[in-house]
Formats: sequence, C-alpha cells, structure tokens
Amino acid sequence: MEIGLAHYLAVGAILFTIGIFGIFVNRKNVIIILMSVELILLSVNVNFVAFSAHLNDLAGQVFALFVLTVAAAEAAVGLAILVVYFRNRGDISVDHINLMKG
Amino acid sequence: MEFANLLPVLAFYLFAGSACFCALMVVIARNPVRSVLFLVATFFSVAALFVMLGAEFLAMLLVVVYVGAVAVLFLFVVMMLDVDFVELKQGFAEYLPLGGLLAFVLTVELIVLGATFRLPQNVVAQVPIDPGVSNLEAFGLVLYTDYAFFFEAAGLILLVAMIGAILLTLSDKKGVKRQNVSAQVARTPKDGLKIVDVKPGEGIV
Repeated sequence: MEIGLAHYLAVGAILFTIGIFGIFVNRKNVIIILMSVELILLSVNVNFVAFSAHLNDLAGQVFALFVLTVAAAEAAVGLAILVVYFRNRGDISVDHINLMKG
Repeated sequence: MEFANLLPVLAFYLFAGSACFCALMVVIARNPVRSVLFLVATFFSVAALFVMLGAEFLAMLLVVVYVGAVAVLFLFVVMMLDVDFVELKQGFAEYLPLGGLLAFVLTVELIVLGATFRLPQNVVAQVPIDPGVSNLEAFGLVLYTDYAFFFEAAGLILLVAMIGAILLTLSDKKGVKRQNVSAQVARTPKDGLKIVDVKPGEGIV
C-alpha cells in the first residue's frame, strides 16, 4: 500500500469540511469561527503542498507560503475587530453584530 | 510487507488521524482555550504531514508562525475577553443535524472527487524540484527572483494588517496622562524651581 496524492487530498477534504462544520455549529462564537477559517486555509495549504509534491513543482509550495501570509493577516485583523467589538458591546455574540451598521 | 515499507504508511495515518481528530475537537470543544490548544495540535500534525511530503520549510513556517504567533494571539484574545462561553455555545445542538449532514455530504463529495481525479499527462512544472537542492535553498532561489513581486505584495499585506490591527485597537481614552514634549522642552529652571527663604519659627504661608 502506497501513500499517494489521493490520501493527502482526503486529509485536506476532511479538514475543509470540519472548518465548514465549525462555522455552521458555532454561529455565535466569533473566536471559533475565526479558528474554523484558519482550518479551511490550512486544508487549502495541504492540497497545495500535496499537488506540489506530486507534480514535482515548487510553485505550489510558494503559493502555500502566500496563503499562510494572508491567513496570518486575516487572523490579526479579525481578532482586532473582535477586541474592538467586545470593548463597545461587552460580549462577542454575533447575533447583534448587525447593530454596528458601518 | 516489510516493516520499513510499512513505517511511512503508519506515520501518515498517525499524523492524518491526529490532524482530523484535533481539528474536530477545535470546533466541538466547550472551552475555547481547549479549542486553541487543539488548533496548535492540528498545526503540528499538518506540519508533520508537510515534512513527509518534502516541504520542510513550510512545515517549520507552520510551527513558527502559526503555533508561535497566530495560535498565541488567539489564546491571548480568548483569555483577555471576559465572556461567558457557555452562553455562546447555545444553539450548538440546534445547528448540529444540518451542519453534520452538510459536512458529511461535502466530505464524501470531495473525497470521491479527489479519488477519481486524474491529472492531465502533459503538465509541465513551473519550478521543477531539483533533488540535489534542499527545500529551503530552492525556496530562496525562486522567492527573491521569480516571485519577488508576490513576495513584496505579501509584505505589503502584512504591513496593512499590522497598521489595521493597531489602528482598530488603539483606544483614545479621556483622562489618560500623555507626554507633552513641547511643554517639557520649553520648561526652564526658572519655572520648575523656586527658592524660598524660610524664617525660623514661621514656616511658609
């Protein structure tokens, strides 16, 4: 039995769907939603690196590096917004987030 | 089957299994601190998978940047915010059937797609991996040449994110004592020092 591309793609698919599932079931908790988005981006990286190794092409790994950069920036800004929202409202429930209205 | 051949397979299933399990625990854990710790474990497992794929640099980057910075940032925010997390967990059971169904369908679809997917034969590698060059060196050779503009764009994105995060969280509170540089520089000994001749037994009025 050989571990091939399909195995890694399956891991990526499972991580991706766990991320989607996390967004679905944690509708109120923004922190978990942000972590789910991190999981989704991680699964994308798994796919990139798996294809990079399979095709013997470094370009996929370079792109994964940029995905990592964007994910880090997204986490930083998302958490900053969360902190400001908590400071203004005293909780982080997404139910009332439409009250911000720009 | 020989044990030496079996070892990579065992290692793959160990790391893949732990990655999937920890990812699932991230989204279903009751305590957000545990969620963050499971997120760290997920990143570690995926970093191990990256090492198995030959992407050592990305694996180390995942450990250093994600575990060292992003996950700690999450942990910091979770601990800083005084939130009743039990209340936030409400509605979990309500969305569980629909979310579980959607996740199941999506997983099956993606795995079937990945298993049946066949790459076209005439794929030409943009940056072929040279087995004689280490992963880190190969990265350095293309990152600052072929992908220099993308690299700078990534730096710009990080700069914008940093400025955005600082601007958002910078609080301009009233009543905070701040340094007034011009007042400090303009101050002379005459303003700050006053010599009083105190007579014995009288004191200062």
